[in-house]
Amino acid sequence: MSNDRHYPALSARLASGRVGPLWALLFRLAPPRWSEYVLTHWTGKKLVIAMPYLWLLLFFLVPFLIVFKISFSEARIAMPPYAPLLEWAGNQVVAIKLNMGNYAFLLTDDLYATSYLYSVRVAAISALLCLLIGYPMAYAIARSTPTWRSVFLLLVILPFWTSFLLRVYAWIGLLKSNGVINNVLMALGVIDTPITMMQTDFAVYIGIVYSYLPFMILPLYANLEKHDQTLVEAAADLGARPLKTFLRVTLPLSFPGIVAGVLLVFIPAVGEYVIPSLLGRADQLMIGRVLADEFFSNRDWPVASAVAICMLILLVAPIMVFQRIQSRELEARR
Amino acid sequence: MHEYVRLDGVTKKFGDFVAVNNVTLSINQGEIFCLLGGSGCGKTTLLRMLAGFDAPTSGSIFIDGQDMAGIPAYERPANMMFQSYALFPHMTAWKNIAFGLEQEKLSRAEIGKRVGAILDIVKMTPYAQRKPHQLSGGQRQRIALARSLVKRPKLLLLDEPLGALDKKLREQTQFELLGIQESLGVTFIVVTHDQEEAMTLATRIGVMNRGEIVQVGTPPDIYEFPSSRFVADFIGSVNMFEGRLIEDEPDHVRIRSDELGAHVYVDHGISAAPGATVWTAIRPEKINIARERPASEDNLVHGIVKEIAYMGDMSMYLVQIDSGRMMRVTRPNIVRQSEDRISWDEAVWLSWHSSSAIVLTQ
Repeated sequence: MSNDRHYPALSARLASGRVGPLWALLFRLAPPRWSEYVLTHWTGKKLVIAMPYLWLLLFFLVPFLIVFKISFSEARIAMPPYAPLLEWAGNQVVAIKLNMGNYAFLLTDDLYATSYLYSVRVAAISALLCLLIGYPMAYAIARSTPTWRSVFLLLVILPFWTSFLLRVYAWIGLLKSNGVINNVLMALGVIDTPITMMQTDFAVYIGIVYSYLPFMILPLYANLEKHDQTLVEAAADLGARPLKTFLRVTLPLSFPGIVAGVLLVFIPAVGEYVIPSLLGRADQLMIGRVLADEFFSNRDWPVASAVAICMLILLVAPIMVFQRIQSRELEARR
Repeated sequence: MHEYVRLDGVTKKFGDFVAVNNVTLSINQGEIFCLLGGSGCGKTTLLRMLAGFDAPTSGSIFIDGQDMAGIPAYERPANMMFQSYALFPHMTAWKNIAFGLEQEKLSRAEIGKRVGAILDIVKMTPYAQRKPHQLSGGQRQRIALARSLVKRPKLLLLDEPLGALDKKLREQTQFELLGIQESLGVTFIVVTHDQEEAMTLATRIGVMNRGEIVQVGTPPDIYEFPSSRFVADFIGSVNMFEGRLIEDEPDHVRIRSDELGAHVYVDHGISAAPGATVWTAIRPEKINIARERPASEDNLVHGIVKEIAYMGDMSMYLVQIDSGRMMRVTRPNIVRQSEDRISWDEAVWLSWHSSSAIVLTQ
């Protein structure tokens, strides 16, 4: 009787008989207060939202914590190749050894600092190039007729149907000294000796811009496509020439799209491994390559982990900026 | 009066569809001209061609004597108030209004002065720093109006200016618009589907149907002397009956209508052949309703009250006349309470004055 009064949802559910075996176990064994809470607060909507969080927790946060832990260990030649953090020191003492040496080491060798800076520079310039190339394309797609629009969008996405690795290798065939571009230029008599394009910054920019351009175009298109054309007409009506209208109306309104596109290119480009390894310079590594070398060539997992953590912190800042701008935009739309 | 806008055989086609068909029109300076018509009648297309967003397929548009062919929207002496208001969402109300002035390369002080003045006129000064999404529909409408007026255009184009407002606010704004128009002396061209709006605002109305202007006239002209069945039916409500011309004298005509089951006597002549098919239209408020038979032979029908709608200021009676057709009659509620009201299923006589019926030949 008192249960009915205190736990109406639980009593109703038990009385209805619609209780699966797992729930029945919970309702029997757990305190009725818990069951009542679950029944009244865990709605379907909350469970749906909880799914991606659970996914991120399992496959992002937990591995991150593992890497974070390893970054404080000492390297040793063993299996696994690092010392555990917790050690039985004997005499009823558990010792926690936090080794800051890996982080300190990153500062002593300027390989890491220059690689970081080089990666950020390459990523920033690539993002800018993607923006300069992608904005007019996205604008043209958004302003074309619906039939052409879907064709253009398909063409933007089409390269994804081929292996990414294959497409980067194809660029080697184009850029190398006896590659397609040099052969054609020499046959035409434009140049006498082949231009060195492979293993240069230029090749890396080509590779990154080519590979990441769709990530710039798609968010920009999504933004520009939603623009109300009457705003452009209104600006013209008020005496603004087309260029002025673009600068004062279209460009500011597409700012969220620009931010999304730039971050979608910049963030993965900082940690890019394949493109600089295949097309880039041998004397200047990007941080992704350094990281991979630490793991697989050096087998120094703790230092590699420290590099990974630093890289993450380097990337968390722009992601947070992105989130802030997005939430601000959502607020403005209300 | 000085002619300010002239349309000469303006036609606009979208593929095979003729949106505007051979419109010739002249609008005077300082006039409020309403383009009235249902959706898809071409009125908005006509306005967009005046603003310079669309080019006519053929024909020409003159504003202040100047041919507008090839002149882009940003160089025309007209400003437009959009149906959706089209306020820039990333700018404050103040910035929205200042935008047009900034294009004229005016000094900062001058812009500030003029924006301040127009904000005063539309009573929006306290909201100057708000963005459009922080304003209500009525406030946005005022900002849109201010933005289109601040450049002091000679011609203001308004696309359904009051469409998004509720009835009370609409009436209030209508009179404010009239006040602003009078004090600034701007020529207004207003597009609307709302006949009440057109009646209140306009000095002249152009009724549009299927891309053509079917009648141009003052609001009383359009209402009392429609030139066709379409206009009579579109403006206000009307009882329309088909009939045959049986007597055609210079000072009167008589029409025999089987649909009405009576003769209609009209105290003016028309130009049509005897025996021709004509239509007679009688406005509901011009019909008398009584229990006793009035002493008259013509303009008189008998029927039974089927439905009464009480609308506060007046009541509407739906009367089934002996021929079977329904007739709509409205009477003002002059007294607050009456013991002897006509009620449902009563037999009544409907009559009207010989000047009340409209005779239409097309």
